[in-house]
Amino acid sequence: MSQTRNPSAPSSKFEGTERYVATEDLMMAVNAAVTLARPLLVKGEPGTGKTQLAEEIARALDKPLYRWHVKSTTKAQHGLYEYDAVSRLRDSQLGDAKVHDIGNYIIPGRLWEAFRSERQAVLLIDEIDKADIEFPNDLLLELDRMEFYVHETRELVRAERRPIVIITSNNEKELPDAFLRRCFFHFIRFPDVETMTRIIGVHYPELKRELLAEALNAFYKLREVPGLKKKPSTSELLDWIKLLLAEDIPPEALRTDDPRKSLPPLYGALLKNEQDVHLFEQLIFLQRRQSRQ
Amino acid sequence: MLTRFFYTLREAGVPASVTEYLTLLEALKQGCANYSVDDFYFLARATLVKDEKHFDRFDKAFAQHFKGIEQAFDFLQRELPEEWLRKLAERHFTPEEMAKIEALGGLDKLLETLKQRLEEQKGRHEGGNKWIGTGGTSPFGHGGYNPEGIRIGGPGGQKKAVKVWERREFRNLDDGLELGTRNIKVALRKLRRFAREGAADQFDIDGTISATARNAGLLDLRFQPERHNALKILLFLDVGGSMESHVRVCEELFSAARSEFKHLEYFYFHNFIYESVWKDSRRRHGERTSMFDILRKYPPDYRVIFVGDASMSPYEIMQPGGSIEHWNDEAGAVWMQRLTQRFHRHAWLNPEPEDRWDYIQSIGIARQLLADRMYPLTLRGLDDAIKALKA
Repeated sequence: MSQTRNPSAPSSKFEGTERYVATEDLMMAVNAAVTLARPLLVKGEPGTGKTQLAEEIARALDKPLYRWHVKSTTKAQHGLYEYDAVSRLRDSQLGDAKVHDIGNYIIPGRLWEAFRSERQAVLLIDEIDKADIEFPNDLLLELDRMEFYVHETRELVRAERRPIVIITSNNEKELPDAFLRRCFFHFIRFPDVETMTRIIGVHYPELKRELLAEALNAFYKLREVPGLKKKPSTSELLDWIKLLLAEDIPPEALRTDDPRKSLPPLYGALLKNEQDVHLFEQLIFLQRRQSRQ
Repeated sequence: MLTRFFYTLREAGVPASVTEYLTLLEALKQGCANYSVDDFYFLARATLVKDEKHFDRFDKAFAQHFKGIEQAFDFLQRELPEEWLRKLAERHFTPEEMAKIEALGGLDKLLETLKQRLEEQKGRHEGGNKWIGTGGTSPFGHGGYNPEGIRIGGPGGQKKAVKVWERREFRNLDDGLELGTRNIKVALRKLRRFAREGAADQFDIDGTISATARNAGLLDLRFQPERHNALKILLFLDVGGSMESHVRVCEELFSAARSEFKHLEYFYFHNFIYESVWKDSRRRHGERTSMFDILRKYPPDYRVIFVGDASMSPYEIMQPGGSIEHWNDEAGAVWMQRLTQRFHRHAWLNPEPEDRWDYIQSIGIARQLLADRMYPLTLRGLDDAIKALKA
């Protein structure tokens, strides 16, 4: 596909990296978000590389990356700045001269850091759905205008160069419409066999062909097992292949229709739930009984 | 043209807003999608659709609106100079493929035939092996398998470019069928009604400050009861028979409800409510709870939720002795009326898909008995049920 690209296109276009395979629609979403300097919201099954995307964009476009990992207790204010009142109280008790300048106790958050970056930055707001339901609303203005006001020092912080904002979500909470309207949206679909082969090629270029074919075969078969509570994802497949390589498992051992073995070797990397393992064993058992009859 | 497209989307149920539409226009102006339908499709989707469950609607609306318009894109390409096509071909083909083309009469011949075909062809074309269109084996068009094909529609395709929106890969994501425990919990959370009841064992900071201030600075400690979800739920679950195929979703609903509500009482029934229900399926014939006890024991502020497919013979609801398991002196309908009279706020969740309800007579009867408070067991249905229970 590199043949089809215009070689004179500016390098500010994201086209994936040697470690990250980007599909056509993903490239379009990223480039549109970069061009218009709007946030890009990325959703998808866990383990499809949402967080990694921001890292790879920063690498591909050679920009500094600021990561803001959101937890259930994170408030929007934490991303802007925090006022460390306790330190100031302590310093005042000790008679420190620092205490007269309140600016000494304003600790910038990730958003502030990204705003004042010398070069255009990439800001990752990871797992925004983990936070309180009001969290995205509290960031509307800041992400729209890329500026905010520090009340303690009466200072307006404004981004000289609007950062590229990548927001990931696992769909645990619905995001407010007003917030969604300001973003571009991309849903990372579970990769098809073709894309998956390319992804694995990027990570394990020396992987033997038969092993890859057998591993993919076993993997997609496993994903198709009805009733699994947690389907194995791309990152789990990559881990599994790493293990297979480390243990030097021959490709023949991966054939799940092998009657001597019920589960693929090192299945622990793929199935993370004992109910799933149990279910899978039962299915294999049934299959074997049927084939014997 | 795009404004019409915007309205087509809205009619199709994609909640796109004017701001998003303007963003799309701006992105087009900045040259994000250059004269290729595929690029435009990806750009429009990233801009206008913010939820993967609407992707399928978007695809359908897109196909509907752009049927035929794709030819306009083809038409644009017809005006392209031969030089450009030649360059494009050179870039597309590996040396081996070029050699193959040479064997077939060379690029000149190919281009000549292309021109001829462009003149001959009248409509949009798909499949086949001669005309320009998509998915065929003709050397012209895109998405084909002919090694010497020329992609009409500009550069950019990276693999078999069967029109993405016609594949409709996101069909499964529509309409919140994906009901995980987590989703159910989030939905059930809307049913919360916080209240402070019981023993005052939590330190009340605000109260203490206020009381201390009133007390002229002398410390006055205050305590308050813990805040918790005060909503009370009675859950009736249908087990066995036709419910077997819905076991998983019911399990999930049940486990989510268990962790969400402090006051949750659950009972099992088979097909319909009669004079007794049970709590332990293994001892269902021994330890049963009489419905009169339930009616007496639980105050009317309990919310009642039934979960079942309500698919049975109408006799099982309407006739005394209609139950398939035992002899019931009074009809199920009578018991249902008693329950709904005692507990005003009730709802029935039905795992059976909603579009099949009209074909099953017993579902119609049950809906009548419940004053139409039956909801499908999907996230949307759960939301509606919760609204009904809150009212």
